[in-house]
Amino acid sequence: MLKQIEGSRAVAEAVALCRPEVICAYPITPQTHIVEACGEFVKTGQLQNCEYVNVESEFAALSVAIGASAAGARTYTATASQGLLFMAEAVYNASGLGLPIVMTLGNRAIGAPINIWNDHSDAMSMRDAGWIMLFAETNQEALDLHIQAFRLAEQLSCPIMVCMDGFILTHAYERLEIPDQAAVDAFLPPFVPRQALDPADPYSIGAMVGPEAFTEVRYLAHDKQLQALEVIPEIHQSFKEQFGRESGGLFHTYQVEGAATVVVTMGSLAGTLKDAVDELAQEGPQVGVISLSCYRPFPRTELRHALEHARRVIVVEKAVAPGAGGVVSMDLRMALQGVDCYVKTVIAGLGGRPVTSPSLQSMLRRALKGELADLHFLDLNRGMVDRELARQRRGIATGPVAENLLKDAATHGAD
Amino acid sequence: MSALHPTVPFAITLDSATSLQNKTGSWRTERPMYVDRLPPCNNACPAGENIQAWLGFAEEGDYEAAWQQIMVDNPMPAIMGRACYHPCEGACNRKFIDTEVNIHAVERFLGDEAIKQGWTPKWETPDSGQKVLVIGAGPAGLSAAYHLRRMGHHVTIYEAGPVPGGMMRFGIPAYRLPRDVVTAEIARIENMGVEIVLNRKVEDIQADMKAGGFDACFLAIGAHLAKRVDIPAPDASKILDAVGVLREMETSENPPMLGRRVVVYGGGNTAVDVARTAKRLGASEAIIVYRRNREKMPAHDFEVQEALDEGVVLNWLSTIKEMDDEGSFKVEKMALDEEGYPQPTGEYETIEADTLVLALGQNVDTSFVQTVPGVEIGSDGVIQVDRQMMTGFEGLFAGGDMVPAERTVTVGIGHGKKAARCIDAYLRGETYEPLPKHELADFAKLNTWYYTDAPVTVQPTLDEVRRMTTFDEVHAGLDETNALYEARRCLSCGNCFECDNCYGVCPDNAVLKLGPGQGFKIDLDYCKGCGLCAAECPCGAIKMVPEDI
Amino acid sequence: MPQTKLDELSDQQKVKFYQKGTFTVGNRLVDPDKRDVQASQDRSNAITSGHRACQGCGEALGARFALDAAMRAADSKVIAVNATGCLEVFSTPYPETSWQLPWMHSLFGNAPAVATGVQAAMRAKGREDVRAIAQGGDGGTTDIGFGCLSGMFERNDDVLYICYDNEAYMNTGVQRSSATPPTARTATTPAVGDAPGNVFGTGKNVPLIALAHNIPYVATASVSNLHDLEAKVQKAMSLRGARYLHIFVPCPLGWGSAAEDTIKVARLASECGLFPLWEGELGVVTGSDPIRKKVPVEDYLKTQKRFAHLFKPERDEERLAALQRMADHNIERFDLLREDKEPAI
Repeated sequence: MLKQIEGSRAVAEAVALCRPEVICAYPITPQTHIVEACGEFVKTGQLQNCEYVNVESEFAALSVAIGASAAGARTYTATASQGLLFMAEAVYNASGLGLPIVMTLGNRAIGAPINIWNDHSDAMSMRDAGWIMLFAETNQEALDLHIQAFRLAEQLSCPIMVCMDGFILTHAYERLEIPDQAAVDAFLPPFVPRQALDPADPYSIGAMVGPEAFTEVRYLAHDKQLQALEVIPEIHQSFKEQFGRESGGLFHTYQVEGAATVVVTMGSLAGTLKDAVDELAQEGPQVGVISLSCYRPFPRTELRHALEHARRVIVVEKAVAPGAGGVVSMDLRMALQGVDCYVKTVIAGLGGRPVTSPSLQSMLRRALKGELADLHFLDLNRGMVDRELARQRRGIATGPVAENLLKDAATHGAD
Repeated sequence: MSALHPTVPFAITLDSATSLQNKTGSWRTERPMYVDRLPPCNNACPAGENIQAWLGFAEEGDYEAAWQQIMVDNPMPAIMGRACYHPCEGACNRKFIDTEVNIHAVERFLGDEAIKQGWTPKWETPDSGQKVLVIGAGPAGLSAAYHLRRMGHHVTIYEAGPVPGGMMRFGIPAYRLPRDVVTAEIARIENMGVEIVLNRKVEDIQADMKAGGFDACFLAIGAHLAKRVDIPAPDASKILDAVGVLREMETSENPPMLGRRVVVYGGGNTAVDVARTAKRLGASEAIIVYRRNREKMPAHDFEVQEALDEGVVLNWLSTIKEMDDEGSFKVEKMALDEEGYPQPTGEYETIEADTLVLALGQNVDTSFVQTVPGVEIGSDGVIQVDRQMMTGFEGLFAGGDMVPAERTVTVGIGHGKKAARCIDAYLRGETYEPLPKHELADFAKLNTWYYTDAPVTVQPTLDEVRRMTTFDEVHAGLDETNALYEARRCLSCGNCFECDNCYGVCPDNAVLKLGPGQGFKIDLDYCKGCGLCAAECPCGAIKMVPEDI
Repeated sequence: MPQTKLDELSDQQKVKFYQKGTFTVGNRLVDPDKRDVQASQDRSNAITSGHRACQGCGEALGARFALDAAMRAADSKVIAVNATGCLEVFSTPYPETSWQLPWMHSLFGNAPAVATGVQAAMRAKGREDVRAIAQGGDGGTTDIGFGCLSGMFERNDDVLYICYDNEAYMNTGVQRSSATPPTARTATTPAVGDAPGNVFGTGKNVPLIALAHNIPYVATASVSNLHDLEAKVQKAMSLRGARYLHIFVPCPLGWGSAAEDTIKVARLASECGLFPLWEGELGVVTGSDPIRKKVPVEDYLKTQKRFAHLFKPERDEERLAALQRMADHNIERFDLLREDKEPAI
């Protein structure tokens, strides 16, 4: 059914169609609308046989989810940014225990300075937590990925984070196809847990494991991610057959065939990039675009295969690893070891800064001319940064950088 | 690691109770051991009763089982519950918590219940075909006869007097020991097949043994000859002896004439008994004259107190020097020296009295054994026996008041039991060896937290006025509720009563409960030797012993 | 006079006494169904042999006491969630677990929330006969898990939370927690300086804080009083909603007490008044277990090396008196010296 709907509410509809048994909710922008809608569905009876728990923190939210999932319930929660960090311990715990929880991450910057707008810093902070991490390019994909996520999570007994860009997707109204219940039921079988707390068959979950087996436990976690690389395309195919839509999979390619230059990105940025490369193609060579739907596991072999003819790969990513560069870039460089191409990192859209097509085109032009630095910050206000750095070099007690920059912006404008 | 659940995560999810593979017993340096310690009551009982065991049955309301348990050691619980001075109670650990268990009252309840219900002792020993002669039907003789009968022997008692019972009739007044009780308990022994021949005085033991075809003989005629002191008196008829007075109470149609003012000379239980008897016979004054003070009186304090309550007067630190023509006694005041011995002071006073009763103890009439070869008589006039209670004459055993020992009914009954065991062994050509005694369960070995504070049930006492005028029994018995209550005050010192504490308090589940009556077992595979079971055992029935490491 | 005496006696006799071991685990003179769960050969042994708790561990004991009673009350349909801590570590080192009930360990600070999740799952599945219990040590409860605990209380989730209080972080090597009593020596409140050990005026009384949440049931209990403990578990299990049980469990290692003295030490803690046994419902204290044989706090303190500096090299009279005042305050607050001292068996 086509519906003009906010991204968050669409995700909530999708979650409800998956018949979760326990939903834990704690408000944090920009995911709040999702859990609000879930709560409404439970209260109105649209979603039945579901316990909706208003918890006191994100740590509790995921902890409740852990308990519910370990007790054999299909479990969902959502968070963002600081919330993900506050539950960090539980994030690792959920994957360590192999609990197929599905959690939406409304991607948002991490403070300080506190910032409610979109980037991928939060997701990147948990990239090694053992979760499968899927990124939605559009709201339709966000909706679809949730339906796939429950099937994938339960098939592998592994938690899944479905990432969608805060505000850009979560708060955007679009016409979306909402599947009907029968179709979802046909696609997503009832949850049969691999392990469950059950008085009829008691065992202990969550043992302490020492050096004698810890490496093996971790290896198996890695192997589970590798299994996901096989399962995700199957589910992608199966979803396509059931719903007639391309959603998910390991990554989407756009004009990659024969392109010497390919831009790699994640999330909603892909749409703008596609526009940018199309416009650019009118004046020069076609630049390809790859958007990763599956960031963890990192589809290394598949990307290598997709990029084997590329000579120039530019990773545009919404997070920075200070002192190192781009996080996705590092993964990609690993993937492309031995391939005759170079990888450039472009940091863009931090803390909600708009990433515009003209900016991207300008950056790509420089890249095509071989003028792009290995690490480039898109639309960085160089003057503002240089003035602060100069102040710092003068040894003045400067106070918080963020405050100085704000003052600077007020004085000099955004030059 | 899950053998049973193939789909669960490796290492993180584990099959239930797999820690049983981890034998934590290897941590142990000490192990708990269940022990049986000797309860102080049992240890103190001259009759060797297993008091704790019968209190155990009584506590559960199984009175017949309790009584049968007493009967293993003592054939006369109803008498014992009244006449015994209950050293068990003096030893009872419960006195450190509140007051001792009123053991004798429960025993008496059980004894009376047995008479009322007509219970008979159960024993299953086959007939030995051997014959034993017992001389004297007092406590020791009756006890020996009873035990020998239980052991399968044929027993005949020759009693010189007209009634059986000995000191149980002639030594203890009826107000303390009703005669129907004595009669009933003796009758029960007779009903077991013990033959009592009355008015049969033995003059020649060897001849009687031979004539009757007896294989052994137990001599227990007691000590009936009153000790005298030489008090110059113009009218000797006014001086009586205590044993004689008490005997006359039993045997004569008319009670002895003691007069209005009676002086009793002596400080033992017999002195008190006579004074109290005199009060009951109508004496307006009964005065006990004793050369030392009340603390030094051999008589039991509770009896002295009862006598005082009944109006008996105590005149201690006094000796009677002489009696004048008017029937007055000249009494010299004494003072205790540093060693506690009375020394004359030279101060005199006069006591008026119609009668003086001497209660200075008794001697054994050994005249008829002096001719038996090998029998030794000690300087104190009592017969010497070896550890087997046998005299110097092969097959002739002796016990009770005739041999060196405390002279009480209970000791006599104990002698009877021991002599029976020795005689039984002798008849089999063996020597009786008592089992080694267990370590004493003293108070320090108990953890008394687990017992409710429960004060002793005071036996309902008869109205004091009433008991001064009649020979009704002074102490009423316990009713069933009281007896049960009293039995349940027992701490079961030193012996497991299956309270489940050890089973409950083991942090390692290393105590196995074997089921009712079966007790417990330490599972040494898992016992870490922490000692909690021993520390929390209320009755001190677990001991920690070092492991050989 | 004698008549009065007899009357007195007959009054006494109306009380049905079970003197021989009234306070033992299995008073064999009472009906089997009135005996403690721990006396039963059929008890669950929720935590079984082979665990690696120290000798004389109060927590291992307390856990079995509480969980076995809960298992009896819930027809064995119990799921336990365990916070990180000694109990978790000594019971489930790979490849062995000591638990015989469905059990789960997630994190140090989230046991109440995980149990909420378990309970929510059971509710969603229509399995409300299955009961969720969360448990942890004092650190996991009064400190790091306190947020989740309060949240669980506030929502009145159908969870029984059991805190095994040994008054410090034992698993990490005896550091101070908010349940550590004043003057106690721990690794982070060493017995040095002018005021050796933990300071006065700190710490929190989580049972009273729990009570302030107006939840259906709050109680304190001790391994030294099994009748009381089991009765409280049974009571807790008879109710729905958030319930809190705070059990005093001596730690021989951390307290420097003898392994065999674990129960004795716990008993003295209650009998001196420092650890009062009470219960409350919906925000109101409804009862307490009176002291049977009152002892001065010293009798309790002297059993443990963690208080040794109060007596050596010289007696710290001032702080001993302050501890005694704490005990006296409890005695007054919970009316612990009232007369009804006989157990209601």
